[in-house]
Amino acid sequence: MPEDIATAALTTVPPISLRRRVTDHVMTAVAILTVVIVLAPLVAIFGYLLYRGVGSMNWAFFTQTPKPVGEEGGGMANAIVGSIVILGIASLIGVPFGVGAGIYLAEFGRNRFGKAIRFTADVLNGVPSIVIGIVAYAIVVLYQKHFSALAGGVALAIMMVPTISRTTEEMLLLVPQALREAAYGLGVPYWRTTLSITLRTATSGVITGIMLAFARVAGETAPLLFTAFGNQYWNMRTDQPTAALPLQIYVYANSPYDDWHRQAWAGSLVLIILIVTAIAAVRYAVRRGSFGTA
Amino acid sequence: MPGPQPVEQTKVTSVPAQPAPLLRTRGGEVPDRVFKSAMTACGLAVLAVLGLIIYELVLRSGLSWHTFGFKFFAASDWDPVNEHFGALPFIFGTLVSSLLALIIAVPLAVGVAVFTTEMCPKAFRGPLSFFVELLAAIPSVIYGLWAIFVLVPILSQYIQPFLQKTLGWTQLFDGPPFGYSMLAAGIILAIMIIPIISSITREVLMVVPQHQREAVLALGATRWEMIRIGVLRNARAGIVGGIILGLGRALGETMAVTMVIGNRPEIAKSLFAPGYTMASVLANEFSEATGDVYLSALIEIGLALFFVTVVVNALAQLLVWTVTRGQPARGNA
Repeated sequence: MPEDIATAALTTVPPISLRRRVTDHVMTAVAILTVVIVLAPLVAIFGYLLYRGVGSMNWAFFTQTPKPVGEEGGGMANAIVGSIVILGIASLIGVPFGVGAGIYLAEFGRNRFGKAIRFTADVLNGVPSIVIGIVAYAIVVLYQKHFSALAGGVALAIMMVPTISRTTEEMLLLVPQALREAAYGLGVPYWRTTLSITLRTATSGVITGIMLAFARVAGETAPLLFTAFGNQYWNMRTDQPTAALPLQIYVYANSPYDDWHRQAWAGSLVLIILIVTAIAAVRYAVRRGSFGTA
Repeated sequence: MPGPQPVEQTKVTSVPAQPAPLLRTRGGEVPDRVFKSAMTACGLAVLAVLGLIIYELVLRSGLSWHTFGFKFFAASDWDPVNEHFGALPFIFGTLVSSLLALIIAVPLAVGVAVFTTEMCPKAFRGPLSFFVELLAAIPSVIYGLWAIFVLVPILSQYIQPFLQKTLGWTQLFDGPPFGYSMLAAGIILAIMIIPIISSITREVLMVVPQHQREAVLALGATRWEMIRIGVLRNARAGIVGGIILGLGRALGETMAVTMVIGNRPEIAKSLFAPGYTMASVLANEFSEATGDVYLSALIEIGLALFFVTVVVNALAQLLVWTVTRGQPARGNA
């Protein structure tokens, strides 16, 4: 009788012992506790940032340059514009190279050479940003004999390329092979297929990668310390020392003046809003689009 | 994805005799070759950048290498005035702050990853991992700012006296509780690397096949036993990879550490004492380094930092690759 055997088996299985049940509950509690501990700094940082930042923002912050040491007031207008210029230069250099390298990896990189590039990109992703700053100093600042926005842009561009190339590759590989084949079937040349069909189809995913790279370098300070260097005044030339928002926050945070601390908080809030907006836009786009894993 | 191309009304009715002229083959294979070379050049640029980094660092640290030789990494005096340079205090500071960060971060990060993949109701998974990864999006300098005005005061007023009272006998917590210390650097680094370790652990746990879990449950295991035997054991290599990747990030982290570690080139036993890291000394002294030897010594520190992080990262990539099979390990955002 199968039922008898089943009941016999059931009765012979010993119940889960108290010790094991308690361990199970304790470990669940521990896991929940870790989540609470990890989320606490997040809440604390964002909360404090909002608390200090919102109160510190005013019109002058967005329209004026820093006042001399000891004077109240002034703002970070030149730093905000400087950051935009530096990030613009970085994107102008980093995006084409990053997307190009991604196209190479996805379309031509099924070989040992492609593997080497892929590995190099992943390793490059982990190089400390301050070391990249040294290199940008060596290849741009030493030749220009100036700290400059260009040098800062080059440093950030180097940091953008690995992220952009790897996400571009992933996104291009998600485009169905049948689409490419359909284009070849119509006699479309390879380059045209890649640019107008494959890349076009993956546009939203590629932009996601670009935005992620942008968000990553937007808050970078270390590589700008001895490339863009910072500036107390307006500067619109790319071959002169240029102010940047993260640099200004760093200098103000280490200063002994309350008014500068206030502006550091306001600057941080502006910076974090910029970055979180970029990331939220990416999340939104990813959820809506058909490309999954960015 | 772009929608279907808008087609002008008049053209719909007229059947084109030839394929769309825009896309027609023109010029034979030449444009294809040009395209391939251009893309290959972009790929080469990635290799070239790494080559350039190594070349510049080696070239410009040569002077320091010739002057001090291997002693540079064993000497502990840092005296720009008399041009005596030894990197040991910075190496010590980098190692201790990073290890401290790992000790704090690893249990928390793994706990969070286990909770998100195995215990948490499905609806909370997305938001929870989003919030944890939001930590990775906060710029280093903002961590530093927050640490100066929130973490350091809390440390010096509450946590340091408490540690001194309860664990003072270990001699790890000696000295005045100023706040700016190796301990502060370790804590802020831990907060910064938790999202990296946690997101990679989560990825690795998710590729553990479902039948592993089912098999262990079928043997009568509780949920924790299932996680321990069926999930964590299978994902070991990948989790270690994530931890090493976090270590790589901690070693090279600059701004937040520079702002709280106290910046004094000393080798102290106490975690309450200020320290100095390799990245911090670069951040503080590089732009005002006078003299070729000074600059060269700093670049040699940069070279050492680069070398260590590359080895650490390569190791981590290999470990994560063996588990997730070729997917890149994502440490950020």
